[in-house]
Amino acid sequence: MTLLRVDELTVRFRTEDGPVLAVDAASFDVAAEEVLALVGESGCGKSVTALALTRLLPRNATVAGTVTFDGTTLSALPESALREVRGRDVAYVFQEPMTSLNPVLTVGRQIGEVLRQHQKLHGAAARRRAIELLDLVGIPLPARRIGEYPHQLSGGMRQRVMIAMAVACRPRLLVADEPTTALDVTIQAGILDVLRDLRTEIGMAVLLITHDLGVVADIADRVVVMYAGRTIETAGAPALFARPSHPYTRGLLDAVPNPARHADGGLREIPGRVPVLADSPDACTFADRCGRADETCRRHRPDLSPGPAGHPVRCWHPLPVPEPAVPA
Amino acid sequence: MRRYLLRRLLESVVTFVLVTIVVFLGVRALPGDPARTLAGEESDPATVAQIRHDYLLDRPLPVQYARYVLKALTGDLGRSARTGLPVRSTIGHALPVTLQLAMFAMVIAVLIGVGSGVVAAVRRRTATEWAANSVALLGLSVPNFWFGLMLVLVFAIAFPILPASGFVSLFDDPVQSFRHLLLPAIVLGTALAAVIMRQTRSAMLEALSADYVRTARAKGLGGSRVVLGHALRNSLIVVVTIVGLQLGVLISGAVVTEQIFVLPGFGKLTLDAVFTRDYPMIQGVVLVTTTAYIGINLFVDLLYSVIDPRIRVGGAVL
Repeated sequence: MTLLRVDELTVRFRTEDGPVLAVDAASFDVAAEEVLALVGESGCGKSVTALALTRLLPRNATVAGTVTFDGTTLSALPESALREVRGRDVAYVFQEPMTSLNPVLTVGRQIGEVLRQHQKLHGAAARRRAIELLDLVGIPLPARRIGEYPHQLSGGMRQRVMIAMAVACRPRLLVADEPTTALDVTIQAGILDVLRDLRTEIGMAVLLITHDLGVVADIADRVVVMYAGRTIETAGAPALFARPSHPYTRGLLDAVPNPARHADGGLREIPGRVPVLADSPDACTFADRCGRADETCRRHRPDLSPGPAGHPVRCWHPLPVPEPAVPA
Repeated sequence: MRRYLLRRLLESVVTFVLVTIVVFLGVRALPGDPARTLAGEESDPATVAQIRHDYLLDRPLPVQYARYVLKALTGDLGRSARTGLPVRSTIGHALPVTLQLAMFAMVIAVLIGVGSGVVAAVRRRTATEWAANSVALLGLSVPNFWFGLMLVLVFAIAFPILPASGFVSLFDDPVQSFRHLLLPAIVLGTALAAVIMRQTRSAMLEALSADYVRTARAKGLGGSRVVLGHALRNSLIVVVTIVGLQLGVLISGAVVTEQIFVLPGFGKLTLDAVFTRDYPMIQGVVLVTTTAYIGINLFVDLLYSVIDPRIRVGGAVL
């Protein structure tokens, strides 16, 4: 069952340097209880996409396209109705827990706010529930932690607080924007475990925004790869890792540090950077960085269509499916 | 937290001692012989010598200083050279006038300043912000004396609904006190409101673009909860700082406003003391003013720790 449908989502920013096209007609679905990873380099539009779902973008953004959640067209809802959705049905966890939590309010107060807003829980009842939630995300001594401020907690604990706040109303969809990026590697695994457990326990879908393919391999069911605001490849996680069709996806996979593969020394990187576009070009946006690009790529916009590996890819010259290794 | 308090208190005491030394030496450094001034212009050398002896003016400076501090600590600030009345009771009459005026003006300033600052930040790049900014600029640039005179012309003379001058204490007759202080408080308050508005606006703009405000919106909180509960809460440090600084200014010198509205306040007292070279009075006035400044600063620092838990708990910031 499709829980979230994003259709031709386009986001433009008015900036002092002129208009910037951040998301270019992105389309994807998230099924109920599924973990969908939205993957790409910094600046590819994945975070903007996440915020645009419930119109959390700053005022200089204009959003087009439709976002449908559980049969409701969010993009058509007035702000007051959308407020009911935020935090209750669609909840967010952001990248940097230190700045994403309010420094002058206690942890308990910040969790309590969600409970009061959506479940009309006050006073002792809200406090009890907040303690339960802290316990749920694996924070020791929750009854004491509830009276503490963000600066008194470690980075991992802060992110657990963010998660507790997000799942307070048992949302149907959790949008986790780089939830482990700001944390130590040793802490990351713990946070992913919490997300995985909660997903099963609450039965929520997770839209995971990340550039870390290790995280994707760890937790994602399906993957959408974004590049320069466009969705360029969609596949089940195992299929994407085994048979990437877009040269950019291949490049991302090759850039993952792997001691065994890179024994000859050095990481392989994709030359160049993600372009900042004012408008949607009639070309492949990756052409300038792509070894396989030709005139077609520079003159015509590729569509997202089934590729050689069976899943959708936006490329004129997708990679062939690798031959299965023949045992000697 | 306790250590923070203790340290701030100790710093205040040190500041206070330094201030008394500077005030003491400053008055001694002024040209003229205080004994001669005290004795009056046409007095014989014997009287002057007597006064010099009575006031220990013939003793070394450290002795004089010790005596000055000891007397000041017991509340004895000497007698006015002009009226012969005790400095302490003269200040005691003038200070409540200025304090009540300052508090009233500050309430007006905070209500207008914080309110319009928040609105200007929230309604950024709209006609509302433009209007708020323009009014603030007007408030900053219109001179107090002109604005005060205009208010008197309109509300006391053209439409005589408020008194043009005089003072009634809040504790004697609250209604009359309000009527007498309203116009001068508006004059002082609007000028301060402009300063507070601009500071609040810039602090709010920063807070509104912070990550935690995005989190608050993502939780589904309503606009006023986000703006007041999250952004303004974080901007309060700036507001408290500016209010504290301005309160000190208000107490030490609402001179022009007090003159216009003929209020027997501290500003007027200071001015009279300076004009008549009433050294004991100047010394007393400066002492009270600096004490007020030190007290307000200490209070503001204590408020910081109430507002910002990063100062209160753990004390890692300071």
